[in-house]
Amino acid sequence: MIEVRKLSKNFGPVRAVQDLSFTVEQGEILGLLGPNGAGKTTTMKILTCYLPPSSGSATVLGYNTLRDSMEVRRRIGYLPEKNPLYYDMRVEGYLSFVARLKGVDPAGIDGAVGNAIDRCGLDEVRRFTIGTLSKGYQQRVGIAQAIVNDPRLLILDEPTIGLDPRQIVDIRNLIRELGNDRTVILSSHILPEVSQVCDRIIIINRGRLVAVDSPENLRDRLRRSSMTRVRLRDASARESAESLIGRIEGVLMTRGEAGDDGGAVLVVESAPDRDLREEIARRIVGAGLPLLEIYSEELSLEDIFIRLVTEEEH
Amino acid sequence: MRALIAIYRRELAYYFQSITAYVVIAIFLLISGYFFFSIFRYYNYLSLQHLQSASPADGLNLIDGVMRPLLGNISILILLLLPLLTMRLLAEERKQGTFELLLTYPVSDAAAVGGKFLAALSVYAVMLAGTLAYPVMLAVFADPEIPPIASGYLGVFLMGASFIAMGTFFSSLTGNQIVAGVSTLGAALFFLIIGWAAPFVGTGFAAVLAQISLLYHFESFSKGVIDTQDVSYYVLLAGFFLFMTVRSLESARWRG
Repeated sequence: MIEVRKLSKNFGPVRAVQDLSFTVEQGEILGLLGPNGAGKTTTMKILTCYLPPSSGSATVLGYNTLRDSMEVRRRIGYLPEKNPLYYDMRVEGYLSFVARLKGVDPAGIDGAVGNAIDRCGLDEVRRFTIGTLSKGYQQRVGIAQAIVNDPRLLILDEPTIGLDPRQIVDIRNLIRELGNDRTVILSSHILPEVSQVCDRIIIINRGRLVAVDSPENLRDRLRRSSMTRVRLRDASARESAESLIGRIEGVLMTRGEAGDDGGAVLVVESAPDRDLREEIARRIVGAGLPLLEIYSEELSLEDIFIRLVTEEEH
Repeated sequence: MRALIAIYRRELAYYFQSITAYVVIAIFLLISGYFFFSIFRYYNYLSLQHLQSASPADGLNLIDGVMRPLLGNISILILLLLPLLTMRLLAEERKQGTFELLLTYPVSDAAAVGGKFLAALSVYAVMLAGTLAYPVMLAVFADPEIPPIASGYLGVFLMGASFIAMGTFFSSLTGNQIVAGVSTLGAALFFLIIGWAAPFVGTGFAAVLAQISLLYHFESFSKGVIDTQDVSYYVLLAGFFLFMTVRSLESARWRG
């Protein structure tokens, strides 16, 4: 569906994307994840044929973005990050203008516009001027213009940026629904979004590829240690508990901190795939210390992300 | 082609749905009407004087006495007004980011530029058509020669088209409308008055200066002569700036 090979893009001395290679399969929802300035938008602009790559190539739906740009452009839908719209136009008029530009068959324009309006839930505002709509509706109009030519590939740059939580949920559902029958690439710097919507994630940082995998696999693969949290009722018990736990085989590190309720929390890091909860509990209770709770902690995608990105930088 | 028409229609709708086109057209007609009034009054005064004296009335005809000065004044008026009409064409879209999206549609740069140019040209044609009322009035009360009027109008139209092409070009260079408008005004004025330097330079160079001057090529139109040399001058000038516009968009893409 999409094949990106050794893609690089320089803006003068700035290397926005370096040596990026990845593929996207048909029907997939792919997330491009990375901090601001990582090269997500540049990559998308190359895929949509707006920017020519400095070196390397991108093939979209079998067409090269540089040589056969018209063929690519006919078959994709793109929502840029800033969601630029003609604020003076009405929703319906704007969508039929876009449909005409995208080369939708003249007889099919009304149908295509109606379909986009239905799918994006724009029916009640179809005659409104775009400039008067709320940000959430404007975002829907942006998505509607992307899908009006019924593209097989949708490229959405930060589709939920600047929306309120309720609108974010709506847009996310819409993307998931649109992803049922087409391929979607979306970028984000917000992790929960990507992990909830995407089948696969590409993490990029400073223009380079850091990791590619499904959210679950990323989590598994990058779990280098397991963490167990131990909560004690009494802060004074902290030191003795720390030394007790430190003696357990397999414990890599113990870090204690004062809890907000006058108690203490110990964070125990151990080798991966070793569950030490039972052993810790036995020793602490055996020593008569006031154990409140004990649980193992999953490494969140957020931790993985930060870890990957900081490792990369060192 | 379909994309060009779609962009043309959208631009035209923008001009006429916003107040822009109406204001520009109204002010243009108001001022050109005043020109006509004062030129005609003066012509009238001269005619009466010649009736009383027995001197020969050379050049005292409706073409030389009314239409030529009128079209000359109108060409200055469009020099001032057309940059205001063209300055937003691409600058606004570049600033808003809508142009970036437009260029990811299967639309060639040339179609986008062409549609916008033609929309501004159409507004200008409407403006100019409004002034046809003056020669019609002349025809009601007198008997002016029609061909020199028609060729004069063709000349003004072509001159305006080259101003609009310049405006499209400068609008593609920047996201700032004021910068685009002022640059257009400067460039248009430059082409208009460049011939003034002709008397002070060597004869060879003087011919060159005259040839690139807008006024030099306008002369024969207003006298009733349609010379292919003059027509091609305006067409080439407009074509050159439109070509440069397409190139500038392409270069903007490479720069990112």
